Amino acid sequence: MDCAVVKKTTTIFRQSLGQLTQRTEAVIRYAALPVILLSGASALLSGCGEAWNNPHPESEQGQNIIYSSFSERPKHLDPARSYSSDEGRFIDQIYDPPLAYHYLRRPYELIPNTLTKMPEIRYLAADGREVSDSDADVAFSVYQFELQPGIQYQPHPAFAVNEQGEYRYRFDNATDSAAYQSFDDFSETGSRELVAADYVYQIKRLADPTLLSPVRGLLSEYIVGMSEFSAAVTEQRKNLQAGEWLDLRALPFAGLEVQDDHHFSIRLKGKYPQFSYWLAFHFFAPMPWEADEFYHQPGFADRNIVLDWHPIGSGPFMMTRNDPNEVIILERNPNYRNDFYPQDGADGDREAGLLQAAGQRLPLLDKAVYRLEKEAIPLWTKFLQGYYDRSGISSDSFDQAVKISSDGIGLSDEMREKGVTLEKEVVLGTYYFGFNMLDPVLGDTGTEEEREKKRKLRQAIAIAYDQQEAINIFYNGRGEVAMGPVPPGIFGYQSGEEGINPSVFEWQQDKAVRRSLDDAKKLLIEAGYPQGRNAESGEPLVLNLDTTTGGGGSAIQNWMIKQFKKLGIQLNIRGTDYNRFKDKMSTGNAQMFQWGWLADYPDAENFLFLLYGPNGQVVSGGSGVNSTNYNNAEYNRLFESMKLMENSPERMEIIRRMLEIVQRDMPWASAWHPHSYVLNNHWVQNARAHGISKSILKYLDVDEQARAQAQNQWNQPVLWPLLLVALLLLVLAVPGVIAFRRRQQRRVITDQGVQG
Amino acid sequence: MIAYILRRLAYAFPILLGVNLLTFALFFVVNTPDQMARVQLGDKHVTQEAVEQWKAQRGYDKPLFINSNEGQSALTDTIFFEKSLSLFVFDFGKSDEGRAIGADIQQRMWPSLALALPTFIVGISVNIIFALFIIMFRASVFDTAAMVFCVALMSISGVFYIFAGQFFFAKMWHLVPISGYLPGMDAWKFLILPVVIGVVSGIGGGTRLYRSLFLEEASKDYVRTARAKGVSELTVLFRHILPNGLIPILTSVVVVIPSLFMGSLLMESFFGIPGLGSYTLDAIQAQDFAVVRSMVFLGSVLYIVGLILTDISYTLVDPRVRLS
Repeated sequence: MDCAVVKKTTTIFRQSLGQLTQRTEAVIRYAALPVILLSGASALLSGCGEAWNNPHPESEQGQNIIYSSFSERPKHLDPARSYSSDEGRFIDQIYDPPLAYHYLRRPYELIPNTLTKMPEIRYLAADGREVSDSDADVAFSVYQFELQPGIQYQPHPAFAVNEQGEYRYRFDNATDSAAYQSFDDFSETGSRELVAADYVYQIKRLADPTLLSPVRGLLSEYIVGMSEFSAAVTEQRKNLQAGEWLDLRALPFAGLEVQDDHHFSIRLKGKYPQFSYWLAFHFFAPMPWEADEFYHQPGFADRNIVLDWHPIGSGPFMMTRNDPNEVIILERNPNYRNDFYPQDGADGDREAGLLQAAGQRLPLLDKAVYRLEKEAIPLWTKFLQGYYDRSGISSDSFDQAVKISSDGIGLSDEMREKGVTLEKEVVLGTYYFGFNMLDPVLGDTGTEEEREKKRKLRQAIAIAYDQQEAINIFYNGRGEVAMGPVPPGIFGYQSGEEGINPSVFEWQQDKAVRRSLDDAKKLLIEAGYPQGRNAESGEPLVLNLDTTTGGGGSAIQNWMIKQFKKLGIQLNIRGTDYNRFKDKMSTGNAQMFQWGWLADYPDAENFLFLLYGPNGQVVSGGSGVNSTNYNNAEYNRLFESMKLMENSPERMEIIRRMLEIVQRDMPWASAWHPHSYVLNNHWVQNARAHGISKSILKYLDVDEQARAQAQNQWNQPVLWPLLLVALLLLVLAVPGVIAFRRRQQRRVITDQGVQG
Repeated sequence: MIAYILRRLAYAFPILLGVNLLTFALFFVVNTPDQMARVQLGDKHVTQEAVEQWKAQRGYDKPLFINSNEGQSALTDTIFFEKSLSLFVFDFGKSDEGRAIGADIQQRMWPSLALALPTFIVGISVNIIFALFIIMFRASVFDTAAMVFCVALMSISGVFYIFAGQFFFAKMWHLVPISGYLPGMDAWKFLILPVVIGVVSGIGGGTRLYRSLFLEEASKDYVRTARAKGVSELTVLFRHILPNGLIPILTSVVVVIPSLFMGSLLMESFFGIPGLGSYTLDAIQAQDFAVVRSMVFLGSVLYIVGLILTDISYTLVDPRVRLS
C-alpha cells in the first residue's frame, strides 16, 4: 500500500478536490471518486504490495518452518496414555523410544534410536539357565539395552536449578505456585543427560493403574512383575492425597533392572518377538522422574500445567506452544543428539531425490506450526495459496487434485503446473464388512449341517458384495480389495494367484476376477434361501446391518442394499448412536457391521489376531479386537504358534493355512486396504509417507525462498471488486442524498405564499 | 432496585437447579458412565478394569441421584450432588479428558468476544441506521425496494454467506485470510471477513424488525408535532424516534449481551477462530459430561443475568419504569 504510485494518486485526488467550487463539489466528487479510485487500483494491481491474505505472522517470514494443520485436538500427549495417530504426529517428534523405523527402507525395518545397537535378547529356562530361542524350555526372554552416552533432554523448567543446586520450581502449596498461571511463566530451564533409569521409570508409569495406559493390560501379560507392581502402586496410593506425587523409583519391579546409567534390561515371560516393535512406540520413551514430580505440584493441574499437555523429551523437537484449540508449535530441540539423514533407502529413492540430504544433521527444520482446521474448504484453499506446505486429499477436492487414467491415479494438470508432488502409500490397515459369527441366522452356530449352510450363505453374500465398486464410487479409487486380513507390505501378504480368496475370486488372464452371480445364487440355494427366500417357509431373508452413520438413505447405504438385492436378500440398515452400537457389539447382538483396524506394528500377528477366538468381543466383555466373535479351533492353534515365530518360510506356511481357513469360513463379507495420498507443494523436500512411524518430521525440509516467492505470486490482492462495491454504494447513495435534500427543501404553499 | 435484583437472583437458584437436574437426566438417559469411559479410553485394548478405574477417578462410580446409604449420604454421595454443588460456586472442575474447564473457558472466551462484540455493535448500528433511513422514505419506491432487499437477505442461508464470502474475498480476490486467528492486534485481519458476513447476514431480519418498531413511533403525535414545528428530519429521527423506539429494541438486544462470549459455532468453525462456540458441541460428541454440564449451567446463568440487565436497562431509558 505504500507504493509511490498510490501516494501520487492520492495527492492528485486531494488537490483536485481542493480546487472544486463549493456549488459543484458534491456532484463532481461523486463522478471523480470512482475514476481516481480505479486509477489507484490499477496501480495496486500492477503488483506493488505483498500478499494480504497470509495467515501466518510476519515475524515468521523467511524462517525454515513447515506449516501443517490438524482437524481433531489431541486428547493426550503423555506417552503413557496417548494411543492415536492424531496425537502421535506431535509427541513422536518429542519423545525418544529405544528403537525407531528406518525412514526409507521397505519393508519396514527397525533400527536403534537412542541405543548404540539393537537390543541383545537372551532366552532363559525356568531354572535360569540360558537356552536357544528355538528351545521348548524358554521361560523368559531378557532384552539387554545399551544407551548412547551424552544424550540430553530438551530445556525444561523441571530441570531448572538455583545457585545452590536446588530445583528452582518446587512448591509446597497452590498459593506458592500461584504466580505461574501458564507454562510460559517459567522463565528458567535446565537439562540433564538421559539415563537408563528414565526408561525404567516410564515402564513403571505404564504399570501405574491411575495413568490408565491403554497397553497396561497387554504388557502385563508379558513383562515380568508388571501386575505385581500395579498392585503395589495401588496399595501405596491409598495413603496419598488425590493428585499427590508418588515416587515410583522407590518401588521394586521384578522384570526391570538398571545396571548403570547406560545399561538396563527388561525380562519377559516366554517369547514375544513383537516386543521389539513396541520398543519403537512412544509408550517406551524415557521419562525423567523430575518431570513427573514437577507436574504433580499443588495447583498446577487446575491451570492445565500437566504432563498430558506439556511433553518433555529428548527427541528432535520440543513443544513450545500447545493451544489445541488454535495452534500447536514444535521447535528444534537445541540439545538434540547427533542424528543424521539416512545414507540409503529403498529402490528408486535416490532417483526420486530422497537421498539428497544423506548425511545431513537432523532435524532439517527449525520449526513446525500446526493450526486447527476443522473445515476442509479453508484447509484446501490455504494449501493452494501456498500457506500450508502439505495436504491430504478430501473427497471435495479430489477432482481438482488428481485425475484417474489407465495408468492409475495421478496429479491433475492444475497441480502439475503448480509443481505439487504426490505421495502414495498403502495404509497398513484393513476395513471390513463383518458378520457376527454368534448370530443364529448367518453365524457359525448350530449343527454341522446348519453351519455348512450358513457358511454358504456368507460366501454367497461375499461374492455379491462388490467391494471394488464401492472403492471406486465412494472412495475415489483410493484403496484395494483385500483377500485377507494382512495388507501389502507385511510379511504374510501374498499377491497374485497364490494370494486370491478362492471363495470369491477366480484367477483369469493374470488377474483376480470376482465369481459370477450365478455362483452366488447357487450357493444361496444350497444355503436354503433360493432367490433370497427361506426354502421351507417362503419368507424373504432379511438381514440387518448395524451402523452408527444413520438409518439408511445415504448413497453408500443405498448401494449396499442393491448388493444384497442382487441375491434377493433384503438389507435392513439399523442406525444407532455409538454407545448403543458398542453395546450391541460387546453383547453379540449385532448381525452385520463395518469395522476397521490400523496396525500397531508391521507384523502379520497384529492383523491375524483380529480373528483369534479368545479375542472375541463377547468372550472378552467388549475389550477384544475380534469383533466378529469368530472362533475356529484350528485357526486359534495356528495363531498361537505363529505369533511366537520369527519371519521364516515355516511361518509363511502357517499364515497361508490360516488365511485359507478364514477364506473358507468367511467371517468378513469383504475387506479393503485404504491408500494414503498426500500432496506436497514444490518447496517441500524429502517427503516420503511411512505406514507405521509418525516420527518423520525431522527428515523433512522446505525451501523457504521458493515458498515466499510462490506465495507472493499466487496471492496478489485483486482490488477491483472493492472499488466496484464502493461505486455501487455511491450509485445507491446519490439518489438517496438528492431525495433527502429535496425533502429538506420542500416548502408548504399556503395562501400567504411559500412557508419556509 | 437492589432488593429487586437480589430477589431475582434468589429466584435464579431453583431455575439453575432445575436446569442442572434436567441436564443430568437427559445426559445419562443416553450415556452410561461405562460408555463415557470407553469413549475416553479409546477402542484399542480397553479392559473392564481400566473402565472401572476411569469411573472411580472421576466420581462416576456412584449412583446418579439416590444412594442406598442411610441418612443424608443417600443424597450427597451421588454423582448429581457432587457434580452440581461445585457449579454453584463456579468451580467447574476438570473435563473428563483431564483439562481444567475454568482455564479453558477463560482462554477461549476472548477470541469469541473479539468476533461477537464487533459483529453485535456494528450489526445493531447498521440495522438501526438502515431502518431509520428507510423510515425517512416510508411508503415510497425506496421503502418497497429496501424491504424486498431485506427479505432477499433473510432468505439466504447463513452458511451461504460464509461460503460466498470465503470464496470471493479470500480465495478469488486474496483480500483476507480464508480462516485462522492470531492473538493481539494481528487478529483484525482474521476478524474483518466474519464480522462483515455476520453484519450483512443480519441486516435483513434486523432492519425489518427495527423498521416496524420505528414506524410505530413515527406515526405518533409527538413526532407529528416536532415536524409541524419545523424540526429537521434528521433531528426527528435521531432525537425523537430513535430514543423512544429503543425500549422494545432493548428487550431483544440486552438479553443477549452476556451470552456474547459463548461464541458462535458456525462462524468460529468455518473461520477457525479458537473461541467457545464449538466447546459444548465438541464435548457432547466426546461425551464429556463435565464440560456439557458446566457450559449449560453457565449459559443459564448468563441468560438470567441478561434478563435482569434488560429490566434494569428499561429504567434507564424510560423514566416511567421503576423496579419494585
